[in-house]
Amino acid sequence: MINSIVNFASKLLGSPSTAEDFYRFNGGVHPAEHKQESTLKPIGKLPIPPSLVLPLRQHVGYIPKIRVKVGDYVHKGQMLAEAEGSVSAAIHAPSSGTVSAIADAIIPHPSGLPDMCITITPDGKDRWVDLKPIDWRNTPKTELVASLRLSGIVGLGGATFPTHIKVRADGKSGVHTLVINAAECEPYITCDDMLMREHADEIVKGMEIVQYLLGAERCIVGIEDNKPEATAAMRAACSALPGSSVKVVPTLYPSGDARRLIHLLLGTEIPHDKRSTDVGIQVFNVATVRAIYRYFTFGEPSLSRIVTMTGNVANPQNFEVLFGTPLQTLIAAAGNAGADTTHFIMGGPMMGFDLPSANVPITKAANCIIAATPHMFAAPPPAMPCIRCARCADACPVNLQPQELYWFAKSDNFEKARDYNLFDCIECGCCSYVCPSNIPLVQYYRYAKSEIIAADKAKEAADLARERNEFRLARIEREKLERAQKHAERAASAKKEEAQTSTGDAKPAATDTGTQASAAADDAKKAAIERAKAMKQAQTENDTPAASEAQPAKSEKALAAKTAADNDPDKQAKIAAAIARAKAQKLAAAQSAADNAVAAQAAGDSAAEQTKTEQSKQDKQALIAAAIERAKAQKLAAAQAGVTPKNTDNVSASVKAEIEKIDAIREKAHIADNTDKT
Amino acid sequence: MNRSPYVSDAPSVSVIMFKVLLALIPGIVAYLWVFGGGIIVSIVLATVTALVAEATLLKIRQRPIKPYLCDLSAIVTAWLLALALPPLAPWWLVVVATLFAIIVAKQLYGGLGYNPFNPAMVGYAAMLISFPIIMTKWPAPLTLAQNPLSFTEQLGFIFSNILPAGVTVDAVTSATPLDYLKTQLMLNHEISGISKAPIFGMFGAKGGEWISAGYLLGGLYLVQQRIISWHLPTAFLAALALISLVFYGADNTHYANPVFHLMSGASMLCAFFIITDPVSGPTTPRGKLYFAAGVGVLTYLIRVYGGYPDGVAFAVLIMNMCVPMIDAATQPRVFGHEK
Repeated sequence: MINSIVNFASKLLGSPSTAEDFYRFNGGVHPAEHKQESTLKPIGKLPIPPSLVLPLRQHVGYIPKIRVKVGDYVHKGQMLAEAEGSVSAAIHAPSSGTVSAIADAIIPHPSGLPDMCITITPDGKDRWVDLKPIDWRNTPKTELVASLRLSGIVGLGGATFPTHIKVRADGKSGVHTLVINAAECEPYITCDDMLMREHADEIVKGMEIVQYLLGAERCIVGIEDNKPEATAAMRAACSALPGSSVKVVPTLYPSGDARRLIHLLLGTEIPHDKRSTDVGIQVFNVATVRAIYRYFTFGEPSLSRIVTMTGNVANPQNFEVLFGTPLQTLIAAAGNAGADTTHFIMGGPMMGFDLPSANVPITKAANCIIAATPHMFAAPPPAMPCIRCARCADACPVNLQPQELYWFAKSDNFEKARDYNLFDCIECGCCSYVCPSNIPLVQYYRYAKSEIIAADKAKEAADLARERNEFRLARIEREKLERAQKHAERAASAKKEEAQTSTGDAKPAATDTGTQASAAADDAKKAAIERAKAMKQAQTENDTPAASEAQPAKSEKALAAKTAADNDPDKQAKIAAAIARAKAQKLAAAQSAADNAVAAQAAGDSAAEQTKTEQSKQDKQALIAAAIERAKAQKLAAAQAGVTPKNTDNVSASVKAEIEKIDAIREKAHIADNTDKT
Repeated sequence: MNRSPYVSDAPSVSVIMFKVLLALIPGIVAYLWVFGGGIIVSIVLATVTALVAEATLLKIRQRPIKPYLCDLSAIVTAWLLALALPPLAPWWLVVVATLFAIIVAKQLYGGLGYNPFNPAMVGYAAMLISFPIIMTKWPAPLTLAQNPLSFTEQLGFIFSNILPAGVTVDAVTSATPLDYLKTQLMLNHEISGISKAPIFGMFGAKGGEWISAGYLLGGLYLVQQRIISWHLPTAFLAALALISLVFYGADNTHYANPVFHLMSGASMLCAFFIITDPVSGPTTPRGKLYFAAGVGVLTYLIRVYGGYPDGVAFAVLIMNMCVPMIDAATQPRVFGHEK
């Protein structure tokens, strides 16, 4: 009380507060730690289990592409699945053996749904592939990053974000500070603590590599003050690395949240709509930097991690566990779970989740497994109404108003929830932890978030569909008018010609010329399409020359059409008839080229004025639209392929597809035009 | 399934309400000493009425009865109302006030957590408007009364309006200092003379200031227990003190000093027990400051310029109306956001 008054007074006077060299964030809670139990023994090793089940989905991003097949013999460290797409991570064989299955299996996920897994039956020999250590000091950074992509290393703090993305900097990152997250703020979890106690040197060597890759000037390790042994070990190891330091922060959940930790250590608040790298800070977990060290120094890909096995087991302990090891093996190693164990929790008690079964494999995200009993984690009493006591607001580390968010989420008032920054919620659970009414607040927020995301997606799709439909209706209307006009013109000119030529020898040549003419017209059409394609190319690049190109294209088209018509002047009547008979699409194809030219011109003009960002946005939209149109065209083509064309008229499936493509381009031009207007 | 967090460390609503009741004890003891046992009768009457009304309404609304009765919120309302009403108020007044508070102000709005107005103050205000004579007639403190009533005599008065032979109502009751001050000021008397009347004590009302001290003690316990936040009582008392100081400084012959205002009437009860009702109050720290300061200023203005001697109930109800606006306007800066 006195202290708080003194602090308050000192703050008022603006004098620096006494010994604190960290920056507090609002709220936070201090649950019972329960870390002691699992730190009594050193990190244990597990025997090679009888089978290793490796889910493809162990990281954030795209699932990797499988590179083996059932029956293959694989060596330890051999790549089983390759990273596909930018945000993805490879998966390697944690031990040598035979691929025995590639099928759906149960995975450690809150949904409890099975997912694709590669199962290996180890032969027990643990035969390594040829490991290729990398001399990182004498290798270009781009090669190092490319190599990391093959390592399968992801953030081992629990976020499992592929690591190669985070160091993809090539020296121009602007990252000046590397923060090593060793806070480990969740109760029960001690894997980082034990890792630091036992392998501080490897961690610091990893820090050196990451610091080099990012081009960071300094490196700060943030550790909570409940880990004195780890702090001492890290301090000793850090003395070998210039620019690095260890900073102790108070034990306060959730100080291990990256944004909270950065604030604690540096006093920097990362703006809500930015990443930490935008302000020159990158955060790595201790276990991740150690994995990076081992990968470069020994060539070892990501095959195992330290897992805390604690809770209601005979001997709580940390183990180095191969990925894919069945949870049962780990439980057995810790002396089995007590009889009153009801379920297993992956992660800590604040943010973890119930595992669907004890048969799930250990994955890259598994930092801690807690054998839970009803005694340890009592089911909360039924929720009472919110009494607006605002304890949740006092505890919220993001300084949100959880009681308001709850109210909005409960009443499905999602817009309001968004206004009150629902999406800044980190789901740390502090609000639920302090709620006197036992309201499952975090669940309400998760629900509201998922509803909002779903609604946003639906709205985006609906907007796109509406826009497309409006454009389509307008185009149909315009084409109808144009067709009618053309028809009238042709009819008029045909009558005129008929009056001039004799009817005698026209008949025998009719069929021949008709075919010829239509072939010629077809050629012209194809040429127009080719040109349209070229224009599309130009459009995608959004170069202003597109406009200048478009203009000649228009005149060329007109010329081509003229040549086709002039081919056989005395058979004009027949040609006109053939063209008149031709399907709407055929005319439309030729016409569309002209339209396109005009639209492209408009787009080109506007493009010159628009900023680059706007253009890329439009491009994206247009590309999506084009893709949809293409799909539609394919469908149409498929449908048409099944029907015998009644008309000899050769509007083939491919031509039709091309027409649709052109429509897509026109749509894009239309969007560009619209954007310009607005 | 994701149902984290698995752990929790929060006093239940029942515990919070229980501590509020506990914190009222010092004030009640002082009350007993100053006005006699009649207050116990009021408290018991109000408690029983509140529980019966709450249970009945919950039954009608098809809500579980036990958990809601066990949250003790109805009892808190009952006690606050009993303490706010005049000590020798007839039994039916206590019952009607409590019924109004529980049924109309609380349950008809959806029960615990949904009432926009402080139920005790709604009950009090309804009675003040309906029965102004009874509501402003307070018994004289036992030490000042010509014929101090014994407990049984108080019971007789409460339940059957019977006074001992030869004792008139005027002999039992007297105006409160706030009331007296108001009427005397209207007669153009000066404060210095008015406050010489025997009903004035050291700071506020004779006897009443001890009750206020009891509330203050209980209130500090609630702050220490973090049941209520310091913002509310601090801002209320500071605002009340400040505005009375301004008036007092400008003209100390016609405006009472700040300490008198802090220690008179329902100031202390209001500061620690009335405006701290979380349901009908604001939730943001800044909002609490504005809300409480608003109640303080309004209380003073009603006391000085209004038609009633004390202004706490109306001040609270008026500020309750402003709560949604205050909350919306005082959202704190979210981490990583510009103000």
